[in-house]
Amino acid sequence: MAESICRALRDGALEGELAPALTIKDSVASPFALQVFSHVLSQLFSSILAGKSQSRGLVVVSFSRSPSFYLDLLKNKGTDIASSNNQIQILDCYSDPLGWKDQLAGSRNFTALSNEVLVSSTAIVFREVKHMDKLYNSIIELGKGLVGGGKIRFSIAIDSVDEMLRHAPVSSVARFLSNLRSHDQISSIFWLLHSDLHEARVTAVLEYLSSIVASLEPSHQLANGQRGDLENFSLIKHNSKKGKFHVRFKKRNGRVRVMSEEVHIELSGINFTSLPSEGAINQGLVPKVQFSLQLSEKERIDKANVVLPFEHQGNGKPIQIYDGRRSLVDGKHERPFAAVENVQTNENCGSGEIIYYRDSDDEMPDSDEDPDDDLDI
Amino acid sequence: MNQRSSNLLDEALGLDQVIEPWPLRGQVVAIEDQVETSGSFVLHHLLKRSLSPNSSNVTIFIAFSQPFSHYDRILRKLGCNLVSQRDNSRFFFFDMLKLQCPGITPEGGLIALYGKIHKTISALPEISWKNVSIIIDDLSLMEVAANGSSDYVLDFLHYCRTLTSEFDCSLITLNHEDIYSSEDRPTFFIQMEYLADILIKAEPLATGLATDVHGQLTVSNKGRNKVSNFHFKVKENVVECFYPGRS
Repeated sequence: MAESICRALRDGALEGELAPALTIKDSVASPFALQVFSHVLSQLFSSILAGKSQSRGLVVVSFSRSPSFYLDLLKNKGTDIASSNNQIQILDCYSDPLGWKDQLAGSRNFTALSNEVLVSSTAIVFREVKHMDKLYNSIIELGKGLVGGGKIRFSIAIDSVDEMLRHAPVSSVARFLSNLRSHDQISSIFWLLHSDLHEARVTAVLEYLSSIVASLEPSHQLANGQRGDLENFSLIKHNSKKGKFHVRFKKRNGRVRVMSEEVHIELSGINFTSLPSEGAINQGLVPKVQFSLQLSEKERIDKANVVLPFEHQGNGKPIQIYDGRRSLVDGKHERPFAAVENVQTNENCGSGEIIYYRDSDDEMPDSDEDPDDDLDI
Repeated sequence: MNQRSSNLLDEALGLDQVIEPWPLRGQVVAIEDQVETSGSFVLHHLLKRSLSPNSSNVTIFIAFSQPFSHYDRILRKLGCNLVSQRDNSRFFFFDMLKLQCPGITPEGGLIALYGKIHKTISALPEISWKNVSIIIDDLSLMEVAANGSSDYVLDFLHYCRTLTSEFDCSLITLNHEDIYSSEDRPTFFIQMEYLADILIKAEPLATGLATDVHGQLTVSNKGRNKVSNFHFKVKENVVECFYPGRS
């Protein structure tokens, strides 16, 4: 499934169509969006370098992490950054997004450090994140600088949309992303989103803008959202290393494909495996109490055999159901004479019958009469 | 010097082995607590560790909550003399209790604070940069000082985070979970959880109050992909940490 995502981004956009857009979203309960984002980014960049993708360059718009994080990430995956300068550019919205360093440099003895120079060949610092238009222009400019003008396309990775939404209203961000998708030199675009930092409608807007939505959920939902219980600690520990990965593809022919996988977080990276069967997960979660919460095989079969008191059983024949009106003579069920106990059970006795014992003989059979009839209003 | 009893906390943070170079360098540590279980003791413990004679660590302490005398008194009981550390330029105390000055906008005040921190670190020799810890006590009061604008505080925290990448120093913050519990979406609080490399939560026990145990600590160390949970008891001169059932 992660493979399908990478393939979709690799294949890119068709002529005259919007570029495929991927949202990777998570929440605090399973905060692995960054690992998924990094995985997708390194896979896409490898295909760009190998010439196997439609896009010929990658622009990374980095708000949450320093450019060196991405350069180190790609280096650890075996990519030679020095020689691939003309295939990746990073728009650095991390180091000085609001221009504070400029402001301080203007007024007092503020010496900006020069270790930015080390990455300056691949990273450009952007200081006006509140201005979507300038951001848009800078991205396009960087991309064109990579692939030239004309018909050659490039891809964009945004880390993360949350920061953009802090600085600009959702309508501006939506317009910005939409414009990028419609630009005829953009091959594909993907971004990271933390869903619990925003209102549901904001997340919905971004999902509408995407052709692929990948969401991360915890393997086990914690009870009541409480995180204080020690019993929940084992779940927390489990959730910190594993999660569920759901992907929803909107295909060109209008169909929607939904897939799920399990995701494992290790120090070396992220692994995707197919989901284990539901039973295996639930086994460990049934609380240990003194009564049996499970049904045995026989009990399950008997339960399935019970004829429920509905008018129609779906086989064309009307069913006669005991409704308390049968006389003593009639029927297979006997009315015991002094049945004091109120036994109304859906008893499992092979044929799956419902046995109803009347409380006492004096009781009138259930009547059709409206009990409110004798009211004198 | 009473190191044995805090070993579980040190172990969870990676402070049980060598502390030079500072194991928390380049990382953001977020401490979350509640009224019933104050997390200040974690802050004091980290401060004591960073000012240990075995290291050359420098700490920049940004105080919105208490004056210098308060921390001096507490650290003295833990065996650390803040006055002499301050005189030796190992401890810088920024008293922010009076940040609310007329004429300075919240954003301007925070920009100036960032500038001051940057200047202080830049003035140190380059080899000491990764041994710098910036401690903020606490974030909710910073929000108050910024007239409730969590946006400016988040911007400031972002710039503090750029300091950790620029200088490889560490950032340690304290925030209170129950202040934000009434909100539908405690964005500011959750944002810190995403930013943190190490998250330390101090919570009461699920079973309620107890005399032998003051609460439980859950340490989530993203860098080591490890989550630890243990109980703690805050005593006069030390904090004891132990696994449940062994006090």
